[in-house]
Amino acid sequence: MEIFGVPTQALFGQLLIGLINGSFYALLSLGLAVIFGQLNIINFAHGAQYMMGAFCAYVLLNELAIGYWWSLLLAPLIVGATGVVIERLMLSRLYKLDHLYGLLLTFGLALVLQGLFRHEFGSAGLPYAMPEQLTGGRDLGFMFLPNYRAWVIVASLAVCLGTWYVIERTKLGSYLRAATENPALVQAFGVNVPRMITLTYGFGVALAALAGVMAAPIYQVSPTMGADLIIVVFAVVVIGGMGSILGAIVTGFGLGLIEGLTKVFYPEASNTVIFIIMAIVLLLRPAGLFGTQK
Amino acid sequence: MKRRWISMLAGAAFALGAGAAGAQISDGVIKIGVLNDMSGLYADLSGPGSVVAARLAVEDFGAARKGMKVEVVSADHQNKPDVGSSIARRWYDVDKVDVIVDVPTSSVALAINEITRQMGRAFLASGPATSDLTGKACSPNTIHWTYDTWMLANGTGSAIVRTGGDTWFFLTADYAFGHALERDTEAVVLKNGGRVLGKVRHPFPGTDFSSFLLQAQASKAKVIGLANAGGDTINSIKQAAEFGIVRGGQSLAGLLVFLTDVRALGLPTAQGLIFTETFYWDLNDQTRAFTKRFSEQAPRNIYPSMIHAGVYSAVLHYLKAIEAIKTDDGTKVIEQMKKMPTDDPLFGKGTVRADGRKIHPAYLVEVKKPAESKGPWDLHKIRATIPADQAFRPLAEGGCPLVK
Repeated sequence: MEIFGVPTQALFGQLLIGLINGSFYALLSLGLAVIFGQLNIINFAHGAQYMMGAFCAYVLLNELAIGYWWSLLLAPLIVGATGVVIERLMLSRLYKLDHLYGLLLTFGLALVLQGLFRHEFGSAGLPYAMPEQLTGGRDLGFMFLPNYRAWVIVASLAVCLGTWYVIERTKLGSYLRAATENPALVQAFGVNVPRMITLTYGFGVALAALAGVMAAPIYQVSPTMGADLIIVVFAVVVIGGMGSILGAIVTGFGLGLIEGLTKVFYPEASNTVIFIIMAIVLLLRPAGLFGTQK
Repeated sequence: MKRRWISMLAGAAFALGAGAAGAQISDGVIKIGVLNDMSGLYADLSGPGSVVAARLAVEDFGAARKGMKVEVVSADHQNKPDVGSSIARRWYDVDKVDVIVDVPTSSVALAINEITRQMGRAFLASGPATSDLTGKACSPNTIHWTYDTWMLANGTGSAIVRTGGDTWFFLTADYAFGHALERDTEAVVLKNGGRVLGKVRHPFPGTDFSSFLLQAQASKAKVIGLANAGGDTINSIKQAAEFGIVRGGQSLAGLLVFLTDVRALGLPTAQGLIFTETFYWDLNDQTRAFTKRFSEQAPRNIYPSMIHAGVYSAVLHYLKAIEAIKTDDGTKVIEQMKKMPTDDPLFGKGTVRADGRKIHPAYLVEVKKPAESKGPWDLHKIRATIPADQAFRPLAEGGCPLVK
């Protein structure tokens, strides 16, 4: 059976691939949405922090013989810690100013980080071996699904839903949301708002690093891996609504699917389809699909 | 009155002197501009290494001894034709650069080819692949060094078809280079009795090739031809391994693979890959000696790719040509370079044809298995040598207007 000239088997395979790519978009846009939604910072360094997560995993493996599973825990902690340092030393001074200053700072940071890593590691990229437990795959009939890619979908869904739950449904999350709306009042109740903000930024950065560790076995670990992805992720966040956690998750997976379909029917446009959608969404709903007008 | 006569005579003498100076080096300096990708997916196979290669060539030529002033400058074209064009114009107009070298991205190279022709300078294309540079876009101001898509297609393509890989599916980078490589390889496959079952074009540069590889898998072609280079090829091969493409019985043909790509992939993933190149660091004592000097100065001590070797060879021959005719006028130097046979430690003896194609032998290469490799750069083994007169497209078939 064929749909628009493409056999259904091939189509389902492409949709599944699209879903896998969507998991990366969702993880990364989640971190961005958390940082922007709660802190009003446009974190352009997100792509560089994703790249640092992947390099952290590479260095942990090659210098300290620490494998993939421990890296999933350690790399986000290490990179998250650098995020905390950045926030304390630099970003916290910019909260009183226009959004633009935060953007400029993080953009500059991204360029510096990328340049440093490229100077040290070169731009061809480095190989990172797939963990043994996840090699191989299973034949689903309509395509061969590598186990690792299945793991990516499952893990990112778990992390995304977990984060959404914490922010929207728990007491800690409610403190955070309240602190964004009215920091002075929340602080008057005895909650340490500056520390919460710092830790939230660190958490968003850690999410980016986690995506980086998960990407290391399937994409080359290279200094430019973040730059290529970050533009698309920003488009995803804008479409989903800049402050909406659920919007980022749903849009991430959804756009992955749409990109997957484009690659089947008109592959040359697969790089641009997300931006075309972003333009259309902004024309019709300027706050994004799930965003609220502020 | 007498003073007027003297000043008129002096003026005439100066004018005559200035006329003679027109046949000399412009501004007294030979300025070489190395233009390539310094920071993106092609930065390791060209990039700062090409600047090192150019400087080594200037050193080996002995410019200082011969009283010739040579300067090497460099810039990053970021793989974008508009950026490359504006750098070239500024170099030619303002900075008085005499020759542009390298330019590994075919779309940028075609633009530089045009600008160089318009401004009468010289372009030594060591980096790009498109065989159009010696075909319909050929120019009296350009020499295409190192390699081209026809040579790659002929070397790798016919070797694979003759060993049984007669059905192909192409994964092509969607820009000038990918299109040229796909076109030339398809012609070779068809000529040798094979069939092309499908093609897909991916955006350049790409990151995720899983969806295109899936289409290649579904086509059931025996060979998946990767008409891309650098980071794109590396990612395609890695992801193909993940999807069990080679295990499922299909084979990958890396149509353009460099030493630095194999190193980045690692031998366990890259072993068995077959491709064609025109230089390998371990060929003989001379290439090894050059490699030692190059790697001491190159970033992260990398070993030279064939593009780096091409930059060295081209700059050396260029300087020899200037020494012979005593001028750095672009068109004249290129003409002289075609008249003189070439000889350098890296490519041996060769020639430059009327259409601007540099001729030298090519090598069919296979990537070693991990057990066969005795060092971090001991990566290739030579399967066959293609003699110089068979490696490149015959002069009459290119459609170059200079050849009549």
